[in-house]
Amino acid sequence: MTTELLGIALIFGITIALSIPLGRYMARVYAGERTLLDPVLGPLERLFLRISGIDTLREMTWKEHLKALLTINLVWFLWAMFVLTNQSWLPWNPDGNPDMTPDLAFNTAISFLVNCNLQHYSGETGVSYFTQIFCLNFLQFVSAGTGMAAAVIVFKAIRDKQTTQLGNFYDFFLKSCTRVLLPLSLIVAVTLVFNGTPMNLEGKASYVSMQGDSVQVSQGPAAAMIAIKHIGTNGGGYFGVNSAHPLENPSYFTMIVELLAQTIIPLGMIFALGYYIRNRKFSYMVFGVMTVGFLALLAPAVWSEVQGNPAIAQLGISQPGGSMEGKEVRFGSVASAYWSIITTVISTGSVNAMHDSTMPLSGMAELLSMMTNAFYGGCGVGILNFYIFIILAVFISGLMVGRTPEFMGKKVEGREMKIAMIVALLHPLLIMAGTAIASYLAAGDVNMGWWYLNAEGQPNTATAWLNNPGFHGFSEMLYEYTSSSANNGSGFEGLGDNNPFWNITTGICLIFSRFLPIIGPVAIAGLLASKKYIPESAGTLRTDTGTFGIMVFAVIVILAALAFFPALALGPLAEYFSI
Amino acid sequence: MKSHLFPALKLTILTILFFCIVYPAFVWGIAQLSPTKGKVAWVEHKGKVVGAALIGQSFTQDTYFQGRPSAAGYNAASSAGSNKGPSNPDYLKDVQARIDTFLVHNPGVKKADIPADLVTASGSGLDPDISVPGALVQIPRIARLRQISEEKLQQLVKTHTQRSLIGGVETVNVLQLNAAL
Repeated sequence: MTTELLGIALIFGITIALSIPLGRYMARVYAGERTLLDPVLGPLERLFLRISGIDTLREMTWKEHLKALLTINLVWFLWAMFVLTNQSWLPWNPDGNPDMTPDLAFNTAISFLVNCNLQHYSGETGVSYFTQIFCLNFLQFVSAGTGMAAAVIVFKAIRDKQTTQLGNFYDFFLKSCTRVLLPLSLIVAVTLVFNGTPMNLEGKASYVSMQGDSVQVSQGPAAAMIAIKHIGTNGGGYFGVNSAHPLENPSYFTMIVELLAQTIIPLGMIFALGYYIRNRKFSYMVFGVMTVGFLALLAPAVWSEVQGNPAIAQLGISQPGGSMEGKEVRFGSVASAYWSIITTVISTGSVNAMHDSTMPLSGMAELLSMMTNAFYGGCGVGILNFYIFIILAVFISGLMVGRTPEFMGKKVEGREMKIAMIVALLHPLLIMAGTAIASYLAAGDVNMGWWYLNAEGQPNTATAWLNNPGFHGFSEMLYEYTSSSANNGSGFEGLGDNNPFWNITTGICLIFSRFLPIIGPVAIAGLLASKKYIPESAGTLRTDTGTFGIMVFAVIVILAALAFFPALALGPLAEYFSI
Repeated sequence: MKSHLFPALKLTILTILFFCIVYPAFVWGIAQLSPTKGKVAWVEHKGKVVGAALIGQSFTQDTYFQGRPSAAGYNAASSAGSNKGPSNPDYLKDVQARIDTFLVHNPGVKKADIPADLVTASGSGLDPDISVPGALVQIPRIARLRQISEEKLQQLVKTHTQRSLIGGVETVNVLQLNAAL
C-alpha cells in the first residue's frame, strides 16, 4: 500500500513539473510570440483563416467574442445531430450499429459540444467508427478549444489595462486546437498504440477461448480518441466502461499517461495566466487555493478505498487491496481513488473504476469535487469558474474592510456582481432542481409514460431507473445532475439514463451550465477592462497574497457547504453511517 | 450573428478535415510501426489463438486459475461493471454466494484467505488480472486436480507476476498463467 501511495504522490509531482513549462508555452502562444511549432503550424493556420475569410488582426469586443463563440457552437451542434441520427448508413460502421433516437442524439450532441461527455449510450453498440471520429473526436477537440479561447479572452482583459478590444476569437480558438491540443494528443495517442490500444477500422475480432467459448472483441480507431478525450478534459470514452476497459487503458503506465494528459492543461492554464498577465504571484495564489481544495477532497477518498468495504469485511474475507468492486486489479484501489478525484475536480469525467461502487465517503468526495467546481477545472473553463469566486471574494473582502471592491485596478460594481451571483447560484439551482424532480418521481414511483419506456415499449415507473435501493439510489440521481451541471460526464452509471426523461432534462441542464459560466466571466472581464484603471495605492486590497487566497477558499467552502450539505446528508453521508 | 455564420461554417469544415482525417490517419500511420500494428495483441497456445492478453476471459473449470467475477460475462463486445453500491443488500448476497461457491470448490481454504478481488466484479467486466493472493489461494485446488506439485505452481505464479515500474500494483495475468499450465 505504501508503494501505491508513493505512486500517486509521484504522479502528482510529475503533473506539476510538466504543467509549469506548458503554462509558459501556452502564454507565449496566446501572446503571439515565437514558439517551436511556428514553421509547421503557422502556414497551416494562415491557410485555414484565409479560406474561412477571417482576419485575426481585427480585434473583438467581449460581445462580439460571444457572438462568434455561440455561432460556431451552433454549427457544431447541427453537424453532431446530423451524424448521430444518420450513422447507420454513413461509412465506417462495420458492426452495423443503429441510428440514435432523437432524445439520445440530443443528449449526446449537447454533451460532447459542451465538453461534458455524459454518454447515455455505450461505445461498442451505440456509435459507428465514423461517429467516434467525425463527431465525437471532433467535438472533443473544438469544445476544449472553445473553453480555452474563452479563458484567453479573460486573460487579455485582465492584462490590457484599459481597452474594449480583446483580441480575435478565431485566433485564440484555432491556436488552442493546433498549438496545444494537437501536439499533446499526438504524444498520448502514440504512447497508447505502443502499449496495446487499437487503432484500426476493422469490425469486431473473434477468437475461441481456452475453454472453447467463442468471443467477439470490439476494436476500432480508439487510440486517437482516447488521447484527445483526456488532453481536452472531455472524458467521453471509446468503449462503454471508459478507461477501465483494458484496451482503452492497458496498464498502470498508460494510466499514469492518461492521468497526466487530463491534468496538465488545466494546471498549465493557471500558470499561463501568471505568465500572460505578468503576475506570477497571482497564479501561485490560484494554484495554492486549488491544490488545498484538491488534497482535502483526495484524502477521504483514498482513505476509505484503502479501508475497503465494511459490509464485505463482515462477510469474513480479506481485503488486502482495499475495496475492489468496480475496480481493475492493474490499477488498484489507491490509484483508482486518485483518478476518481482528479477526474471530478478537472471535469474530465473519464473513469478507471466504477464510481457507483466506490465507498460512501469517496462518492461524497467525488460529488463535492463537482459541486464546488472550483479546483483546477476543465480546459479553460476551470479558470473561468474560479474567476467568479475571485470576484465574489473581492467583493466580500472589500465590504469587510469598508472599501470599494477592486480587482486588478478596476472597480467591481453592481452589474459585475449581479452577473457573478447569477453564475454562482446557477450551479446549485440546476443540481438541486433536477435532483428534486427526479427523486420526487422516484419517491412516488410515478408511471413515466412516454418519458421512460422499457425494452417492450411499455411505460416504466420511476424507481426502475435506480440500480441500487435506499440512500445510494438517491446518490445516483444526485450524481447525474451534479455531473451534468459541472460539465463533468462521469456517472453513477447504474442509473438507467438512456430514456427521454434523463436525456432531455440533463441535456437542458448541460446547455445552461456550459454557456452561462462562459458568458458570465467573459462579460465581467470585458466590462472591467473598459473601466478606468486605478493605480495601486497603500489601501488597495492585493489579490496575489495568501490572505486573499484564504478569503477565496472561504467563499468556495461557504457556498458549497450551504448549498449542498442537505443533499449530501441524505445521500452519501446517510449511507456511510448506515453501512 | 450573420457575419459570423460563414466564417464559422468554413472553419468547421476545415477543422473537421484536419482533426478527423489528418490527425487519426497520422496516428494510424504511426501505429503501423508498433508491435501490434494498431490491432489487438493475441495470445497463442499450442499454435492456436486462444485470446488477447489484455482482455480477460471466462474460466469456469476448476482445472484453470479463475479470473474475477464479471458483470459483462466476459463479453468483449459489451463491457460493463456491476455498478452495485457498497451497501446494496442484494449485492452483498451475491458476494456471499460467490464466497460459498469458492469454498465448495476449494476445500481446506480458510475464508479469511480469500482476497476481495476474487469475489467482486471488475470495473470493465474484462479484467485480465487477479492479485497475487488471488492466484496463490487457488494453487491447492489446481495442484490436486492437475497432479502438479504446489511448489511448481508457486514458481509459475511468481514468474507470471507483473509489477509496473513506479508505484504500481502486483498483478497476475490469468490467461497467460493458464496457458503456461
